[in-house]
Amino acid sequence: MGFPLLTILALVPLVGSLITFALKGNAGKYTGLFFSVVAAALGLWAFIAARNGTDLSETHTWIESIGAHYALGSDGMTMIMVLLTVAVVPVVLIAEWFVGDGEGRWATNVFFALALMLESFALFCFMSMDTLLFYLFFEATLIPMYFLIGGWGGPRRGAAALKFLLFSLAGGLVMLFSVIGVGAEAASQGKASFLVNDLAALNFDSTTGKLIWLGFFIAFAIKAPMVPVHTWLPDTAEQARPGASTLLVGILDKIGTFGMLRFCLTIFPEASKWATPVILVLALVSIVYGALMAIGAKDLLRLISYTSVSHFGFMVLGIFAFTTVSIQGAMYYMLAHGFSTAALFLVIGFLADRRGSAKVDAFGGVQKIAPVLAGTFLVAGLSALSLPGTASFVGEFLVIAGSWQRHPIITGIATIAMVLSALYVLLAYQRTMTGPVTEQVATAIHSDLDGREKFVMGALIAIILALGFYPQWTSDMLNTSAKHFVQQVGMTDPMPGGNR
Amino acid sequence: MMTQLVVQPDYRALAPLIILFAAAAVGVLVEGIIKKGLRDEAQLIVSGIGLLASLAFTIQNWNQDRLGVHAEGSLTMDGPTYFIWGLLLVATILTLLLVSERKLNSGALNFTPYAASVPGSPLEAKAFQSRTEHTEIYPLVLFSTFGMMMFASATDWITMFVALEVFSLPLYLLCGLARRRRLLSQEAALKYFMLGSLASAIFLYGTALLYGYSGSLSIRMLAQRIQADAEGGNSLLVAGVVLVLVGLLFKIGVVPFHSWTPDVYVGAPTPITAYMAIATKAAAVIALMRVLYVGLAPLQWTWQPVVAGLAVITMFVGAIIGLTQTDVKRLLAYSSIAHAGFILVGIAGAVTAATGNHALAGSTSSILFYLSAYGLATLGAFAIVTMVRRAGGEATQLAAWSGLGRQHPVLGALMTLFLLSFAGIPLTAGFIGKLEVFLAAWAGGYAWLVFAAVIASLVAAYIYLRFIMVMFFRDAGEATEGVQVEQASWMTWTVIILCAVGTLVLGLWSSPLGDLAIRASEFLR
Repeated sequence: MGFPLLTILALVPLVGSLITFALKGNAGKYTGLFFSVVAAALGLWAFIAARNGTDLSETHTWIESIGAHYALGSDGMTMIMVLLTVAVVPVVLIAEWFVGDGEGRWATNVFFALALMLESFALFCFMSMDTLLFYLFFEATLIPMYFLIGGWGGPRRGAAALKFLLFSLAGGLVMLFSVIGVGAEAASQGKASFLVNDLAALNFDSTTGKLIWLGFFIAFAIKAPMVPVHTWLPDTAEQARPGASTLLVGILDKIGTFGMLRFCLTIFPEASKWATPVILVLALVSIVYGALMAIGAKDLLRLISYTSVSHFGFMVLGIFAFTTVSIQGAMYYMLAHGFSTAALFLVIGFLADRRGSAKVDAFGGVQKIAPVLAGTFLVAGLSALSLPGTASFVGEFLVIAGSWQRHPIITGIATIAMVLSALYVLLAYQRTMTGPVTEQVATAIHSDLDGREKFVMGALIAIILALGFYPQWTSDMLNTSAKHFVQQVGMTDPMPGGNR
Repeated sequence: MMTQLVVQPDYRALAPLIILFAAAAVGVLVEGIIKKGLRDEAQLIVSGIGLLASLAFTIQNWNQDRLGVHAEGSLTMDGPTYFIWGLLLVATILTLLLVSERKLNSGALNFTPYAASVPGSPLEAKAFQSRTEHTEIYPLVLFSTFGMMMFASATDWITMFVALEVFSLPLYLLCGLARRRRLLSQEAALKYFMLGSLASAIFLYGTALLYGYSGSLSIRMLAQRIQADAEGGNSLLVAGVVLVLVGLLFKIGVVPFHSWTPDVYVGAPTPITAYMAIATKAAAVIALMRVLYVGLAPLQWTWQPVVAGLAVITMFVGAIIGLTQTDVKRLLAYSSIAHAGFILVGIAGAVTAATGNHALAGSTSSILFYLSAYGLATLGAFAIVTMVRRAGGEATQLAAWSGLGRQHPVLGALMTLFLLSFAGIPLTAGFIGKLEVFLAAWAGGYAWLVFAAVIASLVAAYIYLRFIMVMFFRDAGEATEGVQVEQASWMTWTVIILCAVGTLVLGLWSSPLGDLAIRASEFLR
């Protein structure tokens, strides 16, 4: 057993979190930032090592009596998500540098500590190759997230936090049923184990298998907000701090789509194929409904969360189209969406902090007072509407190209959402940024982005553009991962250009 | 495994019981011999030594695998017995630490100094000055623990009944000795006594019918008699079993025999509430399992659905009524009812442990683990309840806890940890306990029961989340006036820290205790 890089990577933020809790004031802030940067460096190291073909996986027996293992893996999908997580957290910390300054808010160092704790748990989630270990951290992420939502943010943040928690917990407990199910079924089939690879080798074709699959899927559908279990997201994002929403939508919700690939597809290929028609329709509904709701949203934060519902629909479409290209696209989209959502949430956070509101009609003509703010808002928005050259375009294009081969009609309807996305982004920009400067805006907004805020937006936009222009750097890893998943479900890619 | 009857009394095997009884008896003598001012210290030392010695012998005997049937077949020493003895003794030690806490009450015990005096009367003040105290509490707790240990290992009906009375009678008394809100406390004691005696009587009647059916007082013989009975469905048997189970289920607090729990939990002095919540429940669960798994093993297919049905009712009633509670102790009482339901889920599965590729913790071991995890969270939570006070005693209204987590982050975080363990959120011992119990139920063919249990967990989780929300997100207001967290001495803090560490460690790395529980996975038949 070599150097446990993955374990250390996931523990660094946790240790940092505990230290940050204990420290007060600026010391706490800088310590938190320091640990998040260290984690980012370690994450990059792990990513490069895994890309060069080093096997970083670790497997130890954890609870022998029920066959649970402490198993971490480093396949392409895992490493991409690790990279996303470690990159977003430091940016969020810098963006929320003064989060504790308001009245009735908790101290900033507590926010940092909780964010680091969340980062650690999320990393464990993405790296787990054991169902029980995954579940453990899947649920554990709720605790820091709950406090992140409830401790800062709007006046109804307590209720928002509770709503988030109840939805997630409902999903989590339904999934517990399934986790217990796979464990018990595995034991009855002769090999008690929670390892994903062991479970993938078992046969879950029975009705029980389908029920167990359903438990997993419901949990992931709530997490990845899919219609009709998405309602918690807009309400939560509206009240939470933009930084907390970034962590929630950018990182945590990815566990939903991640889990669909890792668990639903890998362990239950039969059940996944069996349910595909329903899921595709739900994905389509999410795509279109999310986009329509975003157009109608009166609050910028709600608007972004509805765009996310739409984007997650694309990811699910890509996953359940079962082609190498579409799954690869879905994974790339997961990465890209993390950064573009972060950019949107954070820039609106900067905007709302100045104005004291995130309502669309509270703004007008901001561009004339704060041109940089408006500009970064526009770039972030264009990334969300998947303009070529931004990271999201690569993901969305691959999803559509891959899914088209198998489901042309559904994919065709989904492309309509691309038009709708142009509408919601540009309409929002037009209403808030252009036109004459309204009186309230003139009294509330005096300054453009300062150095710290420029750094945050600059970093995110740089990443978005880099990912958009040079997607090849991940293609080998993601291609291998995607091939593996397609193989798991026992499908072959349709011949390009041939009949379906 | 057939068991041979040991004719010669094996004092070594029974040493934990004998030592504890002796310590309790010495405690009674201390009341008469030692001066008033020194009694409390003396009692603490005597009972401490007794408990530790008893625990040491329990561990030593188990290490030497002294399994067998003792005292003419009335006491069975097997894995579950040893495990639960250890659990009971540790819980009692922690309880006594809470009992002898004085700092919280500005120098007085949590118990009334003179039960016959009216609260606030000159008589009471005089009693306080002369340090007249009911230090009998210590021997009473020891007697009660002694009874529980006997109860958990009893394999004949008479011993079981005597043990039931031995642990119940001191508890009735202890319930009525609260220093604050004494009328409530005395009411609780009376209620507990009335209902408890009724349950005991029902239990006794059941044993009489079973004796009539099997011609023997032994639980083991009952199984043989049922097996030999070709016809089955004997009305004496059915009536006897039902009545005996009612008696046992009453002690566990299973719906519909749960109605005493909230009132008694609220009225009793908080350390005693904690003690009842874990020790009584643990002992009664093991006794119930012994009756079901040993005495009624041939009828397994008959009682499994009944237990499953009771589990469903208990979980949901506990969880749903718990949602509406506004008093912390009442809330924890309903939570304990819900937990009784979760325990029944495991009992219903009735699978034995398997190792190797078919690894499975089995019903008995998973329940033993569950009880330990639940015990840690219970003791810790009630210990924190004793610290949040206002002038009239403990501030047990939930509203009085508003904003507590923000003013006292450490205490808030610890309470949150215990509540999360109750809710079965991962990284706490409660999660592993729930997982193992549900796994056992699924393996026993009760997948639907697992589903119901998962839904009930969700409902129950809301109880604890609401609590957490009040502590952290609600602002202090009128309801919190005069409420403060009193400085506790090392005794209370020891309990809280030990429970917190145990809850966390077992949540991450459950193997040490889990393996021990697996060693205790078989009842001697």
